[in-house]
Amino acid sequence: MNLDYTDEQKAFRDEVRAFLDEKLPARLVEKGRAGRAFDKADHEEWHAILNERGWLAGNWPVEFGGTGWDAIQRHIFEDEMTRAGAPRIVPFGLAMLGPVLQKFGSKEQQDYWLPRILAGDDWWCQGYSEPGAGSDLASLRTEAVREGDHYVVNGQKTWTTLGQYANMIFCLVRTSREGKPQEGISFLLIDMDTPGVEVRPIVLLDGSAEVNEVWFSDVRVPVENLVGEENKGWTYAKYLLTHERTNIAGVGFANAGLANLKRIARAEQDGGRPLIRNPHFAARLARVEIDLMAMATTNLRVVSAAAAGQAPGAESSMLKIKGTVLRQEINALTRTAIGPYAMPFQSEAVEGTNEEAIGPDYAGPVTAQYLNNRKLSIYGGSNEVQRAIIAKSLLEL
Amino acid sequence: MNFDLSDESRMLQDGLRRLLSDRYDRATRDAARDAPTGFVPEVWAALAEMGVIGALFPEDAGGFGGTGFDIAVVFEELGRAGAVDPLIDTGVLGGGLLAAFGQGDMLEGVIEGSVQLAFAHGEPGSRYDLSRVETTARRDGDGWVLSGRKAVVVNAPAADHVIVSARTSGEVADRDGISLFLVPAGALDIRAYPLVGGGAAAEIALDDLRAGELLGPEGGAFDAIATASARATLAICAEALGLMETIRGLTTDYLRTRKQFGQPIGKFQVLQHRMADVLIEIEQARSAVINLAGNIDGDDRDRHVSAAKNLIGNAARLVVEESIQMHGGIGMTEEYDLAHLAKRLTMVDHRFGDTLHHLDRFIALSAA
Repeated sequence: MNLDYTDEQKAFRDEVRAFLDEKLPARLVEKGRAGRAFDKADHEEWHAILNERGWLAGNWPVEFGGTGWDAIQRHIFEDEMTRAGAPRIVPFGLAMLGPVLQKFGSKEQQDYWLPRILAGDDWWCQGYSEPGAGSDLASLRTEAVREGDHYVVNGQKTWTTLGQYANMIFCLVRTSREGKPQEGISFLLIDMDTPGVEVRPIVLLDGSAEVNEVWFSDVRVPVENLVGEENKGWTYAKYLLTHERTNIAGVGFANAGLANLKRIARAEQDGGRPLIRNPHFAARLARVEIDLMAMATTNLRVVSAAAAGQAPGAESSMLKIKGTVLRQEINALTRTAIGPYAMPFQSEAVEGTNEEAIGPDYAGPVTAQYLNNRKLSIYGGSNEVQRAIIAKSLLEL
Repeated sequence: MNFDLSDESRMLQDGLRRLLSDRYDRATRDAARDAPTGFVPEVWAALAEMGVIGALFPEDAGGFGGTGFDIAVVFEELGRAGAVDPLIDTGVLGGGLLAAFGQGDMLEGVIEGSVQLAFAHGEPGSRYDLSRVETTARRDGDGWVLSGRKAVVVNAPAADHVIVSARTSGEVADRDGISLFLVPAGALDIRAYPLVGGGAAAEIALDDLRAGELLGPEGGAFDAIATASARATLAICAEALGLMETIRGLTTDYLRTRKQFGQPIGKFQVLQHRMADVLIEIEQARSAVINLAGNIDGDDRDRHVSAAKNLIGNAARLVVEESIQMHGGIGMTEEYDLAHLAKRLTMVDHRFGDTLHHLDRFIALSAA
């Protein structure tokens, strides 16, 4: 048992740090620190910088143009990225679709789509959830009917994150109503410029519009865009979910959030002393920090097991719950910390205009972030679904 | 970075787990409860013979371990078995202080299993504050005269020697001025009693007692006391983790087998979700033990001590209360194994600082 990185891992960390020092644009760091949303151009700029270094696809094998990193290296990279304030790597093509194509796609699909993901030629989004299929994803109804060399797709997807930027969507569609709901689902790649595809933004309670509805009306999709076999899509979707779960604990986000919270709590005055000296506030802050210290190690235990070749199963459900609850507590404490300046609705925090901030500059995005991050315990399988997974697979109840 | 146990640690863990599962049956536990010392000598001898006590000490102190992870492995297994043996008192605290001050001969006896120790440090007014020592010691010719009261001195009823802390200079809460005295147990006036969750302790009245010899430097014992207490906190955290694991096993078994309304109660979602939350906190407790074990000799030791003890205290309460609740009536009975484990785990928050004490201390150390 040893809590330190090996010399090779430390050298790798230093290499990542030096790269971020040199190549991460200060403009993007400032934008992130101010709590403003990154736009498409921001993401594309950063992806291109990472791709030039060969570090864009951290979880792809070398043969497909990835890094071939092990789980610890990926953890170090993600940790350093968050520490430096870099934009997250947009996961849809790289973390989600890429591994599915590598495992289940045809040679033609791999040769065509994977290089385009790396080059940023396509912006992918994920077509999973539907208005009637959230936690119960297998009840999805968007239908694909084979007509000659095409599937004709009708239905609606929702909660499509950053769909407004996307030109491609990977979808779970129903190709059969025989047998169990899971047995009639296929995995289809759809060009969003095809006639009949319509994207409508959903404005969230924080004022942002990062998610969308995507509507399909008689959309004709070439059959070569089917991944794997017809009616086997559920298997591929589950495989994708295990890849989506890397960095699910969000330790880096939590650490950055905690550091920001402490900075604010030192600056805010409360009854003639810094807020951080208020014993009730200090107690809540300390509880979060203590929990986070332990969760960072829980996360590393799972990461180490993954590096040793054990696929994380329900352990990632535990990390998802703990990680999201902690981040939400940090958001709530930060909102508490800014006091009355939580109240002004500051659209520039969301939209990125350059109006002068109302109140302290750190206050602008806080309420919006608090509201926006209520999503953490809902998406990616709600925390209640995660508890059900834990009960079934770890507790065998 | 590596979260696997070394081969030696794994052998120790396997051997100890086997020993305890063979020897630590219900009859043994009942015999320990009924013994005035609070434990069964045969089990202690078996632990010593297996090298479990020696595993708590480094080679230069006559042992063959002594790292944070050695302590964690040993005490997690003791906790798993619900063992009540005074290894914290004779080993980590008493033995640790003997080792700190070069008392090799007596320490050899500890490692062999032939010497029992207790550390009389806490007082009726000190609560969990390590530097608050009102008991005094003054020179009298060649010897010392001790005056004061010592509270809840665990293992005092079985001890051959008691290490007594007393103030030889300074004010009541000063770190400087605390000295240790090695006192033969026979010289002490003790009021012995059994403990909730097993083991035994005593109140000790020191009324101008002329006995014992100075252990370590006069007035300079605080750092050694803090180190021994930090290691003892690690030990009790690891023990708590073992207790949690066993309670978790009992509770999930019960959820799978107990039927109500025509199905196992573990099929009810409300219990599944509550049990999932219990499991998450047990994993957090495991991580807290690992963090503390890995930092027990480091610069940030005390902050990790407080983080771990706070987290374990909160987790312990959740595990105990949820497991009793999910068992329902049977969880209330003394006959069922959960009773002993739950009581022992509950008492963890009452040694070496509770959740509030350590939250406060963590805040103070973080601000420093």
